[in-house]
Amino acid sequence: MNAPILWIIAPFIAGGSILLLLRERYAAYIGGSIAALLALIAWLVPIDTALLIGSVSLKISPAVVFFGRSFELSPADGPLIALIYGLAALWFFGTEASGAADRFVPLGLMIIALLTASIAVEPFLYAALLLEMAAMLVIPLLTPSYQRPVRGVVRFLIYQTFAMPFILFSGWMLAGVEASPSDLGSTVQAGVMLMMGFAFLFAIFPLYNWIPQLMEEASTYPTGFLLWALPTFTVIFALGFLDRYAWLRNTPQIADAILYAGVIMTATAGILGALQRHLGRILGYAAIAETGLLLIALGLRSPNLVDIVFLVLIPRGLELSVWALALSIIKQKAYPLKFSDAQGLARKYPIAVSALMIAHLSVAGFPLLAGFPSRLALWQELSLQSLAASFWVFIGSSGLLVAAIRTLAAFVMAGEDSAWEINENWTQSLMLGIGILGLFAIGAFPQILQPFLANLPALFEHLHQ
Amino acid sequence: MLFEIVTWISAGVALLTSAAILISRDWRVSLGALALQYLAAFWLVSRHLPFAMSSVKLITGWMVVAILGMTRLSLTETEAAKQDAFYPRGIGFRLALMGIVVLAAFGAAPRIEAIIPGLGLPVIAGSFLLIGAGVAHLSVTSDLLRVALGLLTLLSGFEVIYAGVESAILVTGLLAAVNLGLGILGSYLLLASSVPITTPEKRGKE
Repeated sequence: MNAPILWIIAPFIAGGSILLLLRERYAAYIGGSIAALLALIAWLVPIDTALLIGSVSLKISPAVVFFGRSFELSPADGPLIALIYGLAALWFFGTEASGAADRFVPLGLMIIALLTASIAVEPFLYAALLLEMAAMLVIPLLTPSYQRPVRGVVRFLIYQTFAMPFILFSGWMLAGVEASPSDLGSTVQAGVMLMMGFAFLFAIFPLYNWIPQLMEEASTYPTGFLLWALPTFTVIFALGFLDRYAWLRNTPQIADAILYAGVIMTATAGILGALQRHLGRILGYAAIAETGLLLIALGLRSPNLVDIVFLVLIPRGLELSVWALALSIIKQKAYPLKFSDAQGLARKYPIAVSALMIAHLSVAGFPLLAGFPSRLALWQELSLQSLAASFWVFIGSSGLLVAAIRTLAAFVMAGEDSAWEINENWTQSLMLGIGILGLFAIGAFPQILQPFLANLPALFEHLHQ
Repeated sequence: MLFEIVTWISAGVALLTSAAILISRDWRVSLGALALQYLAAFWLVSRHLPFAMSSVKLITGWMVVAILGMTRLSLTETEAAKQDAFYPRGIGFRLALMGIVVLAAFGAAPRIEAIIPGLGLPVIAGSFLLIGAGVAHLSVTSDLLRVALGLLTLLSGFEVIYAGVESAILVTGLLAAVNLGLGILGSYLLLASSVPITTPEKRGKE
């Protein structure tokens, strides 16, 4: 057996087959089961190690050569793949409950396969091409065939396409910089190209305007999936660059640029989020603020950089999936999700509203919730580097908290005679319940993430030193 | 010497076709210019890549033109006419924009040649003309077909210059897939835009 075939080609083909052969109802369960199975295999079966099961010897070889280039998943990639497919399974199982757009599961599976390919391809900078292909597959999710494309979709496509040439070209220039590190001109050019590429990929301020637009106009659940999947792999891609090129991680100006880009993102997204009256846009701004936090983590000059990045990254998947699921359930009643549409829904959809509020508070870094341990670790490191940056991040987090309080106020604004009802069906209640439990569990017992966090830094050995 | 002349002619064709795509209001002219532009891009790419690999660019490009053309043909004129309401739409403005692109491309080409020797001035000039025209096009349109044309022009320009520094088969294949994907997406979005505005939630209520 071969790791890239198992975790890239097989899910891609499975996604294509589900798309062509299965009805949407079964797609959620089958796609979710496939993702969960792949996560389980990645977790239990080490790559490149022979296992003896009875009389059968089983070994997953790490690499496959394709068109003269290698796709390789090393043993250190195992926990990361388990994490990605595990979170993807959560998203896919939630599809049925969310009533998400057609083709979500098959296309989602194909997107995850392509994104996994982006961490496997060698040379790793070709990942930019695979990220672009994954971004292109997202478009049919965001724009069903019966819906006119919204502005955000087109802008998203343009920005993702802009990113690819910058990154590919900077990769070529970085090789030159490595050969002659004293050439300051080439170093600056390569650095600027790289920054431009990642600015588009991460949707750094002010390039994030498509996110709130999408959250307002497109289907909530697929958009939430996009906001989880692409930044997650972009972060891994960025970590790869920092790990590979010594001058990138040792240049203080570059670290500062990344850090302050993150600070600006978090602060502006928090402040703008607090001013919104649309529940979807608030989720969009919260996702932007979280991406800002990831950038801050990437810009920290700390040996714990990788740990902090993954500590932010893991709960993010859970927070966004619970939030997007709750919002898509509420959207069925409160379209188009303005505060005025959602008034009093706490009594009609108590489970969905609770899940949404808990996810929102978790993103704001509320104690005892999943987002809190990562914020604590981040602030601890950030305050040592810059108190001004810490202040602005605090402002951003406070903005998200204000948005949460305003959202709660809208939800509980019901008439005295309004009765309590549970309108969520059992699948929705179960999925939201699991999500809420997960958010509390990670918040109260962050050590449950330790099995992942212990092995993940091995992927970026230079960064961890 | 002959190759050099043909390469300069290709750069000229790239300039004329990208200007035609930017200025023309008729989708037939735009798609015809795009097809011709792929021919010029093929020649420019073939300066650094083997013939077989360069021809992938040409074949993919023409497939994209066919996809977009067939889709656009299936839409009525009224559906298409209401799409581009973005200001400014004047030919003079677009000509001025293209003039700026030409100045920038020819101004930058010698400096890029100094940084990356061996690429050739016409290849760099052709590449930057396409990239500049693509960016200019994207900045003045919200029409879906024109966005697709802008992105494809931009990518063509990038592929021309990138062929000079990277000749991996995998990259050529993936770039072809990206081009084809953009064509299919453009086509999909054009078809989706021809239906009345609705959302899954609205649809559910209906």
